[in-house]
Formats: sequence, C-alpha cells, structure tokens
Amino acid sequence: MKASSNLQQVLDSGQFAVTAEIGPPKGANPEVVRKHARNMKGYADAFNLTDNQTAVVRLSSWAASLVCLQEGVEPVMQMACRDRNRIAIQSDVLGASALGVKNMLCLTGDHQIFGNQKEAKNVYDLDSIQELMVLRMMRDEGKTWGGDPLETAPKIYLGAVENPFGDPFEFRVPRLAKKVAAGADFIQTQSIYDMDRFERFMDGVRDRGLDRKVHILAGVLPLKSAKVAQYMKNKVSGMSVPDAVIDRMKNAVDPKAEGIKLCVETIEHLKTVKGVHGVHIMAVAWEEKVPEIVREAGLFPREISIE
Amino acid sequence: MIIAEQKPLNDIIQMLEGHQRVLVVGCRSCVAVCLAGGEKEAGILAESLRLHSELKGKGWDIEEITLERACEKEWVREMEGAMEGKNAIISLACGVGAQVIHDIYPGVFVIPGVNTISMGAPEEQGIYMEKCGGCGDCVLHLTGGICPVARCSKSLLNGPCGGSQNGKCEIDPETPCGWDLIYRSLKEQGRLDLMDVVIAPKNWRPSRSGGLRKTVRREAVQTEEEKKIREAGQ
Repeated sequence: MKASSNLQQVLDSGQFAVTAEIGPPKGANPEVVRKHARNMKGYADAFNLTDNQTAVVRLSSWAASLVCLQEGVEPVMQMACRDRNRIAIQSDVLGASALGVKNMLCLTGDHQIFGNQKEAKNVYDLDSIQELMVLRMMRDEGKTWGGDPLETAPKIYLGAVENPFGDPFEFRVPRLAKKVAAGADFIQTQSIYDMDRFERFMDGVRDRGLDRKVHILAGVLPLKSAKVAQYMKNKVSGMSVPDAVIDRMKNAVDPKAEGIKLCVETIEHLKTVKGVHGVHIMAVAWEEKVPEIVREAGLFPREISIE
Repeated sequence: MIIAEQKPLNDIIQMLEGHQRVLVVGCRSCVAVCLAGGEKEAGILAESLRLHSELKGKGWDIEEITLERACEKEWVREMEGAMEGKNAIISLACGVGAQVIHDIYPGVFVIPGVNTISMGAPEEQGIYMEKCGGCGDCVLHLTGGICPVARCSKSLLNGPCGGSQNGKCEIDPETPCGWDLIYRSLKEQGRLDLMDVVIAPKNWRPSRSGGLRKTVRREAVQTEEEKKIREAGQ
C-alpha cells in the first residue's frame, strides 16, 4: 500500500508540487533542522533530508526526518546505497515507516572520494534501481527481499532521482524508464541550468509516455555567486552549467539577488514544460531563501494536508 | 593475470628488522609481466638490500631465487636448497604466492615485498588495468564483454550513475566510466536492448561476501588410495 503522503496527494491531484531540500548539520544538534523546518513550513509539500550528501558525515537522514515530523512538516527520507547493504536498508525502511516517514527516496549516492571519509569501504550491495525493487516488494508484497513475510508492511511513497545531464545522454531516458519499471512513484532531477538539454530529455520522456507513469519534479538550485556556478560546473559530479549562466552571475551587480531571480525564472519556465509535475528546490546552505523563491514563483500558498 | 606493485624499499627494510639471513623470492608468472616481482626485480631488490647492508653495516646474508610459479606447491618446493640457513623470505610473488610459500615454510618469516592490486591485464607497456571483480557469477554476456563489478567504481548493475560525464567516472577524470564503455560496446553489437533490462539485486554469495571460497573439481580429486599409489610411484 502506498503511504498516502501529502506529497502523493498533491501530485495525484494534478497540482504543481514543490519539494525542498534540508541538509542535516555536521553535528548532533537537531535545532538546525528544526529551524529550517519551521522557517519553510507551508512553503513546500515535503522536504528532502539528504543522506550524508557528497559522502560527508552528517546527522542521519532518518533522524532529521523525525525532527521534521515533530515540527509538522512532511519528510522525504533519502537513502543512498553507498553506506548500507540490503539488510540495513530494509531495517531502516521499517524503522522509519514505523515512526511515520512516508516518502522515501532511493539513490546510488556520491562516491566516498568526494567526502571527508575517503578511506571508507563502500557498500553498493544494491544500486538505486535494485533499491527501488526491494522497497516496492516490501510495500506491495509485504515481504523482505529474501522472501520472508513482514508482520506489517511499510507504507511508502517511493521516489528516485534522475540526472538528465549525466552521460551517455541517450541512456538517461531509458534509465528513467528502468526506475519507473522498478517502482518509482516520483522522480526528482538534478538541478537544471542547461534548459536545452533538459527539454530534450523531457521530449524523450514524453515519447516513451513516462510522464504519464511517474511524477517528475524538476530540480533547481539557486546560485549565490559566479564562483559557486563555476564550482558546480567543474567540481560537482554530473552537472551541466552553461557559460551563459556563469556570465550572467559574473556580470550581476547583486549576484545573490540575481541567483534567486534566475532560479525563479527557471521555475516559471519549468511550469510550462509538459510532463513536469513540480519542482524540487535544493537551496544548499541557503535554505532560508526557499520561502522567497516559492512566493516569487507564484507557488504560494500550498495546500497542506499533513495529518 | 594478477597485477601487483612492489612496496617501497624502506618499507621492506623496516619489515626485515631482526632478520639476517634472507631469501628474496621472485616469480616468473604474472608479477614478472607487470614488472613487480620477476627475476629482474628480484635481482635488483636483492642487490639494493646488499648495498644497504654494506652501507649500514648490517651484516645481512641476502640471496635471491625466482620460481616458475609461486602459487603452486610443486614449484615452491624447488627452492629447498636455496632456503638452507635462511630465517626470512621476501616474497615478490603476489599475495597468493606469498601464502603458498608460507604453507611450505611455515616456520620462516615471510615478508610481502609487493602489494597485490587486482585481476587485470596490461593496457600497454607499464600500464595495467583491473578487469575482473571475481564475483563468482559472470555477467559479461549481458554487458558487452565489460565487467560492471570491476570497472564501475560502484559496481552498479543497471547502467551508469548520474556522475558519468564525457565517458569518465565521477571519481577521477582519468578513470573511464565502466558503464559508458558497456553502453558503447552494446551499441556496436546492436544489443542496446540489454541496457533496458532491469537487473535484480545480485546474489553476492559466490563473491567474497559469501566467505572463503573453495572450489572442488570432484572428478579431479584423488581418493586416499590414488594418492598412495601416486606417492609410491614417485
């Protein structure tokens, strides 16, 4: 059974959905997450809690998800394959579901070489597509992947990611199709600066009818400066940042304001792309700007129906 | 073949501490091909150690020998004469060879002179690439002849992750993306349909995850009686 999360209700109703990312802190203080949750409450339908993103050790995704629940905002718990095998993944799914987490997002996870534990042994027992298969089996068949029945099946609204800017480009739509076949109910994409390439990706998505089988939330990430844009282009895995974007940031009198403006323009454009059912805002270390972006993009107020 | 790399001389000297009578053992197999521990490398290492001993007044007795294949007992036994009076062995064979040497000489201190890196092949002279992950359940027929377990940095089975860019892996711009290679290979073979197949979670039991792997070829195993007959014949 699907979880009937707020995010699912919004997407199923045909409204243009908004999700936003909260990066858990590099420490044991939950107040950071609490503050973001309070500040952004009502500005998104659900909030992603990243799972040790870029392989940097942070407060865990499930714990941060619980803090969100305490604050009355709906979490999307991210679960990377890098750090856990299928035993730990299934156990965490049961635990999180038991405590009220409904949206779970399956992803491969950045290689540990990017993070602050470069000497770690990685896991990758499952890849993200296999992770979807395992979670779907737990939910729909009430079984663990090994085949044992679960006393109580978890209720999950199942998410995955896709990067239209990864290569080979021609495989990006087939890869999305595999994620849909493996059980994805919704997809959040890598952040979009290269709109031409994203639109070509969406052409392929519609050609295969995938936009009718899965809800796609297009990713956006507001830029703070030209330096950040340059960094994203060169250092962040699987990103495409056109020179025009970098130049626009470079020439801006107020780069921060320009970054927000660019982000809002991108959302406005994404609203017109057929098959895009929402946006996913990743204001990395800039979460306080999410309400402004959502408001400026004409996506406020949200209809929130969290229980 | 097995790819290995010689440890730095200083590390070998440190491990040697407290041992005077040393046999450097090379191997003419894989480690010779990858220039880590063949006859030539064994000779150079032995000479370097003799020089070090002379300069530092260590009084070491260093000799060297190179085996045909250090991973087979029969060949290792051939160094019996050279072992006379030795209390340490520096193995330039791979980790397998070093352990077979230990099996034959359990009372002798065996120092690993190389780091064993991977199962791979020479790309060109001096460049060696890992090729096989040894997972125990080969899927090369589904992946264009390229191993995703060894050649994808994350051992993914359902295609490249979002970090694949311009044919390179996210971990390093010098590392080819294994799945980019697989995609091109399947495209050339007209088998891109295989890229669409959802591959279920892998059974890792035949891999190292299942514990120590022992392979028994039943028809080749000798009975106790056959072993006796064979021994008597020798």
